[in-house]
Parts: sequence; C-alpha cells; structure tokens
Amino acid sequence: MKIILNNKIEEFTGDQITINELLHAKTFTFRMLVIKVNGQMIKKSEYDSAIVHDGDDVMVLHLISGG
Amino acid sequence: MTFEQIKQILKTKTVGIAGCGGLGSNCAVALARVGIGRLILADFDLVQEGNLNRQFYFYDQIGMLKVTALKQNIFRINPDVRINTFDIRLCQSDIIEIYGKCDVIVEAFDKPEMKYMILDAVHNHMTEKHLVMGVGMAGWGDNNMIHTRQSDNLIICGDEINAIAAECPPLAPRVGVVANMQANAVLEILLGTNDKQIHSEN
Repeated sequence: MKIILNNKIEEFTGDQITINELLHAKTFTFRMLVIKVNGQMIKKSEYDSAIVHDGDDVMVLHLISGG
Repeated sequence: MTFEQIKQILKTKTVGIAGCGGLGSNCAVALARVGIGRLILADFDLVQEGNLNRQFYFYDQIGMLKVTALKQNIFRINPDVRINTFDIRLCQSDIIEIYGKCDVIVEAFDKPEMKYMILDAVHNHMTEKHLVMGVGMAGWGDNNMIHTRQSDNLIICGDEINAIAAECPPLAPRVGVVANMQANAVLEILLGTNDKQIHSEN
C-alpha cells in the first residue's frame, strides 16, 4: 500500500499497518510525538489500535525544545 | 496589495503570541511593524541577561516582566497596536480563554510539553483556528534545513531536528529566521493567501 507520510509517498507491504508498526518501521523513537492521520490526532493510547490504510495522509511531528 | 491595503486588513486582526522568548518577541515585533491591530502576549518570565543573544529586549530591561518589556518595545515601534498582556504560566483552560477570540495563534514556547499542550488545546477546543508553531531552531547555519509545512490549520516552521542542548544553543540568527517565518505564515493566513485558507472558504 502507499500512504503519504510527512508529505512524501511511502510504500509498505500489506494493506494496513498500526501506528506503532509504522513508527517502528520508520524508526521514529522520539519521546514527544504528535501523529495525525487524515487530519485526526491520534492519542498515544491508540498507537496499537489505530490503523493506517492505503492512501491515508499521515503526519508525524516530533516536538523538540526551543522557542 | 499595496502596504496601505495590507494595513487596512491587518488593523482589524488579532494575533495571540503564546510565549515571549526568542520566537514570541521577534514574531510580535515583526507583526507590529506591518500594522497588526491587536496582540495578545503571554509569558510568566522576567528578562535575563542570557536572553539578549536572541530575544527582542534591551540590557536596561533586565529584571522586567517580558510581557511588560515587549509591550514597551512594540509601542516604541508602532504605538497604534493594541496589546493585552498576561504574566501567567499558561494552562490549557487559559489558552482557550485568552486566545479564543484571536484570528491566529503563534506557539512560541520553549518546552516540548507546552508545545504539546497548546497543540492539543487548539486541536480539540478551537478547531477552526490556525496555530503556527516553531519546531527546531537551535544552533547556527544550515539555512536550507529550515522549512514550513502545513496540515489543515496547523503550520510548522523550523528544522524539526535541532533541539536546545549545551553544544547547540539558541542564537539570534536562526531563532530570528524561524520567528519571522512564523510571522510570515501569519500574514499569509490573515491576508487570505494561504492555500488551505482559500480552500476552506470556498
């Protein structure tokens, strides 16, 4: 399947993937993450259950110090 | 648009600035220079000598509340800006209350936990409002790593990589770039030239 991840097209095997699987596959291991799928924010407690499907638009934002 | 036309639009607009450090102070000044109508400034901190390497304050303002010092500095540039100040450590209910009537909110906090808090507040309680965040501006150089990206009403400015560290301090040039990118993104929204904005109005 193909998804849009941070504005880039990414390909994964299979036709769905959980947020946690996606984070592992892309080695996103940061502490303070914000994840949006098709504009909906996903809570940390839902990373194992929330599913990303073919064609979804996923934003992974790593909040870091500085301002 | 001429500058006169731009000022006519901007004088009717209110921008919330959440945090008055390097991002907030410089972003607020940029918006004041181009004629924003009202700014809502919030920060609990005092001006310290260590802030002067990047924040829009002066040596003789050390020890003052940042919101008071910033209001003074903005009035010296443009006395027509209306300014509301809040010298508080913002919590989620404060954000909803004091920024509820803003046209756009600028996130200018230092700590990631605070950045998360305002993102969560806007996303869950102020869904129509644009939030312009600064993420990653410590260090120096690497101009071309600094970028803007957007997801609906959320706009991110910064390199999204360089957190503050002992060997990677926040410094005027890079912090100023990101602060002014945030101000530039605010203008795009307020002047109706932000693509997503035009899209949502159609």
